[in-house]
Formats: sequence, C-alpha cells, structure tokens
Amino acid sequence: MADIDIAEEIPLPAQQRPPVVTSGVIGWLRANLFNSVFNTILTILAVYLLVMTVPPLIRWAFIDAVWDAPNGQACRGEGACWAFIGEKWRFIFFGRFPYDAQWRPLFVVVIIIGLVLASCDRRLWGRRLMLLWPAGLVVVGILMSGGVFGLRYVPSEYWSGLPLTLILAVVGMLFAFPFAILLALGRRSNLPAVRVVSVAYIELVRGVPLITVLFMASVMLPLFLPEGVTIDKLLRAQVAFILFAAAYLAEVVRGGLQAIPKGQIEAADALGLGYWRRTRLIVLPQALAMVIPPLVNNFIGAFKNTSLVLIIGLFDLLNTANTALTDSNWQGFASETYVFVAAIYFCFCFFMSRYSQRLERTLNRGHRR
Amino acid sequence: MSNAAEAMPVQAPAPSIIEMQAVHKWYGEFHVLKDINLVVGRGEKVVVCGPSGSGKSTMIRCINRLEEHQQGRIIVAGIELTSDLKNIEAIRREVGMVFQQFNLFPHLTVLENLTLAPIWVRKMPKKDAEETARYYLERVKIPEQADKYPGQLSGGQQQRVAIARSLCMKPEIMLFDEPTSALDPEMIKEVLDVMVELAQEGMTMVCVTHEMGFARTVADMMVFMDRGEIVERAPPQDFFANPKSERTRLFLSQILAH
Repeated sequence: MADIDIAEEIPLPAQQRPPVVTSGVIGWLRANLFNSVFNTILTILAVYLLVMTVPPLIRWAFIDAVWDAPNGQACRGEGACWAFIGEKWRFIFFGRFPYDAQWRPLFVVVIIIGLVLASCDRRLWGRRLMLLWPAGLVVVGILMSGGVFGLRYVPSEYWSGLPLTLILAVVGMLFAFPFAILLALGRRSNLPAVRVVSVAYIELVRGVPLITVLFMASVMLPLFLPEGVTIDKLLRAQVAFILFAAAYLAEVVRGGLQAIPKGQIEAADALGLGYWRRTRLIVLPQALAMVIPPLVNNFIGAFKNTSLVLIIGLFDLLNTANTALTDSNWQGFASETYVFVAAIYFCFCFFMSRYSQRLERTLNRGHRR
Repeated sequence: MSNAAEAMPVQAPAPSIIEMQAVHKWYGEFHVLKDINLVVGRGEKVVVCGPSGSGKSTMIRCINRLEEHQQGRIIVAGIELTSDLKNIEAIRREVGMVFQQFNLFPHLTVLENLTLAPIWVRKMPKKDAEETARYYLERVKIPEQADKYPGQLSGGQQQRVAIARSLCMKPEIMLFDEPTSALDPEMIKEVLDVMVELAQEGMTMVCVTHEMGFARTVADMMVFMDRGEIVERAPPQDFFANPKSERTRLFLSQILAH
C-alpha cells in the first residue's frame, strides 16, 4: 500500500515502471501460466493431460452415448448406455418400495429437501421452524411406513434408495448435532463425573470404525435383548449412526468452545447470565460460527458414510444401484450407474459446501476483532 | 439517571454495601490476597492502586465472584458470597463490571449487547430494554452507534458501550478493572469523563486504575495495595500529600514522576 502512495508522489524513471502488458488475455496467460520455466512445463503438461482425457470422456458420455434402447444387448457400443439409467432410475431412487406406492417416498424426499432448504434461510430461524421439523418428520414417518389414513403398511425392510439415505443422514445430523454439543460441553465441564463420561464416550466411539458400530447394532445388540423383544433394524442403524457422528462432531464443537476468549465468559458471568444462558447466548453462537468449515466437513463425511449401511443389508442409494446392476437383461453397466449415483451424492455435498461458505460470510459480517 | 439518584438514599439503611472481612486467597502456593479488610459505603467511590501483581484486580474480582476467596467473608448488598449459585447470581445482578479488555460480545450489535442481560436476567420486555439501552447510549454519548458491531468501534467507544451495558442492569455497584489501560492515550479522557459523571450521580464505585487525576477528582477513599496486602488507605488529599508508608511513597513517586 505504502509503495503505491510513494509512486504517486514521486514519479519513477520510465524503465522502473511495471511492464505494460499486465491485463488482457496475453498478460493474464503470462502472469499466471508462463511466469517461469517450471510453471511453463507444468502448464504444457496439464494441457496435454486435458487433451488426452476430456475429449474421450465427452465422446463416451455424450457423443457415442446410447440414450434409448429396449435392452442391454441393443445398448452395447463405444459410448455410455444412459438407457440403462432410464430403465433403472426408479429402482435406484426408491428401490424395493412397492412400485405403485412410490409417490410416497417421492414426497418424503421433497419434504426432507424442503425442510433443509427452509432451515438454510436465516430469516426463518425461530420457533416456527423448530415446530416444523418434528411435524415434517412425523409426516415422513407416516408416508414411509403407512398403516394409517388408508395407506398400505410398508415395513422398514422395504424402505430404500434416496429416501433412506436422506432419512439416515438428516435425522442422523439432527440428533447427532445437539448430542455433540452436550458432549463437547461435558468434556469441558467442571464436574469431574460429567467430564469423565464425556471423554470416555468420545474416545471410545472415535476409536472404533463405523462399520463395527453398525455391525454391533445389527448383529450383537439383538443377542443381548430379552427373548421376544426386537428393535427395528433401520432404527438400530440410525441410532448407531447418530452415536457415531456425535463423537466426531463433539470434538469439532470443542475446538470452537476452546477458541472463545475467557473475557467473554467473565463478561457474561458478571452480567449474571448463569451457565446455560451464557452458553446459549454468548458461547455457542460464537463457537459454532468459528467451526463452520470443519463442521460442514463432518456433515459431508457423515452424509457419505450413510452408504456403509449396505454392509448390514439396508438398501440405501448405493445399495439399490448395486442391486440394479444384477438385472440379467442389462449386464455390464456399472460405470454408468456409479457415475449417476456419484452425481446425486455430489449435488447434495456441493450444496452443503456452498451453503456453508455463504453462512460463514454472513455470520462474520461486521465481526472483526 | 435522576431516578436512581433519588432512589439511592431511600433504600436499605445498611451503612455499608460491600464488606470484606479477613479475606485470603491463594493461587496454588502463591498467597495473592492477604487479610483483606475493606468496607465500602453506599455511594462511596474507592480507587485501588498499586504495582502490577499486587492483587488489586483479584480483589475486586472477588467482589462479584469472578475469583473465589478461600478464607474470610465477603458481603455484598446484604448477601454473603458463598458457593451457593443463587447468591452469586443475585449479587452479580446488582454489581456491574467493566473490564480492561472491554469484553463486548462481538457477534451482537451494540444494542443487543446492551439489552441481552436486561431481557434474559431481569426479564424486561424487549421494547423497554431497548429504550433503556438507548438512554444509556445517549449518556455515554454514542447513540448513533446502536446498530453497529463492537468490532466497528474504536477502543474508547467500545469501553463506553461496556459501561452502558453494565448500567442497563441498573446495578447498585460498579466495579472498574483498569478500564483505561488498554486504550490509546487520546481515548482515555472520553472514558474517564463518563466515569466522573457516573461518580457525580452517586453510584457506588470501586475502580482499579492508575489514573491519578481521576482518583483525585472522584475518590472518597484511596486504597494502596502491594504484594497482596492493603498497605494504606486514606482520603485522596492525605494519600497524595503525605503517604504514611514507604512503599506508597515509592509507588506514587514512580507513577507521578512524569
């Protein structure tokens, strides 16, 4: 900054002025891609790689692709067989849910996405949203399982595909996040018993792979239950998922709690706020705003972790896609299927990432320290 | 502020509002407060000074239990400070505190900083709380900053907001813990002016400060601390003119030298 001021006051000799071409295409290229020998080599290499990979990919995905075919035989060629996705998308999305009732999971997906989108708007944050969530989840439960209002009963073994993934992820975060906050607060508590329990829980759960937790929930837990008592498998997986995600989130939240200056706590105490009001009004708003990036990182990770439930035989989005591949009329279209499923996962994760960036900006507005 | 000024003499006949009796405190092995005895009357202004590390901040932070004393008794506004959370919160409602580092809440606007405690602790309706807040912002001469965030204000403005924040709780006592030590020199006066005004209206004040000009103007009593003890206490004219202890004399010569 200071240099510029000086440059304006005292004109420099002509040969010391910066080179003229700094703007325009050539200027940009020179400044960013060819500003040293090493960077020039890297640029040429990168261009070479792009030329080698992008055109074949486009040819596979679009130019040579088959968009319409009656069966797998007719679909075989150089390009992708999107006809397979056209044939199987409904199964990939809704899986084993009774075909004629698949409008129900469709509504579930719409409701869940709607709730999440509504929660993203800061202007709507408040009591009404807090009531909307349980109401929405009750409707989701009714639509999925039925048995009331003339809806056919559909046991949870038949819940599958995208709705199952979304339920696991969204309900999972919804419960894991508050639990994580309590764990993080517990870990920093002055009460030794609370602290020990929190630390033990977090360390124990973090030290075990999610798959193990899921196995325990699906295989071991029933062994310990008394005769005749069964807990729904999906519910067990959901609880395992919540308990697991909470331990990770708790450590992220703790990072934020630790970054709150002591003076903030003293000021809140001096005003007589007391522990819970202090935590809710002063500590958490600042701590959580500070840890949005790692928090969202965890949410994205947890969202994708839901695909591990296929290990215990639940039909989430990835598992329905896998199952779709076993159709003997349509053999050998794994690439197309996985690209399709990856694109769905990507949409959700990319949305989370973009939203977190926006939230970070708004929460940090006028917030310099 | 006229209401509060009128209300003051009518209230409780208690002669003293803060009483510290034989208070001791240790940090581990280190004896920070040694046999502190201090009585502050209603409406009295006490200025505490002393070298750094002498325990002055620790002492006033014991008054609202930001620090815990380990021996002796502290009675504030008729309530004894024990580990009973109810008593602690009751006392904190009546005792305002201003910190060296301001400690405003950076995620809230100035107005929200001021209304937070009245709304949540005093259960004041939001509208009344905002009215009170604007009144005190006017008093500390920054009504136009109500909707800004603390980070957008200068140090002097932030400290005045911090004073207003405490006043919004209508406290009976105000504690000041080196309120001007973190400020640039040109901002010290604007904060001291506010404090002098507050003193003139009859607020009970305990100030830890090195601003001796301020002390001369407002103090009813000067307290000098060194190594965890109260070494000397006297009205300001005696304190500055003929300090009794050698340590006080040395301290005064050091800070009044320039």
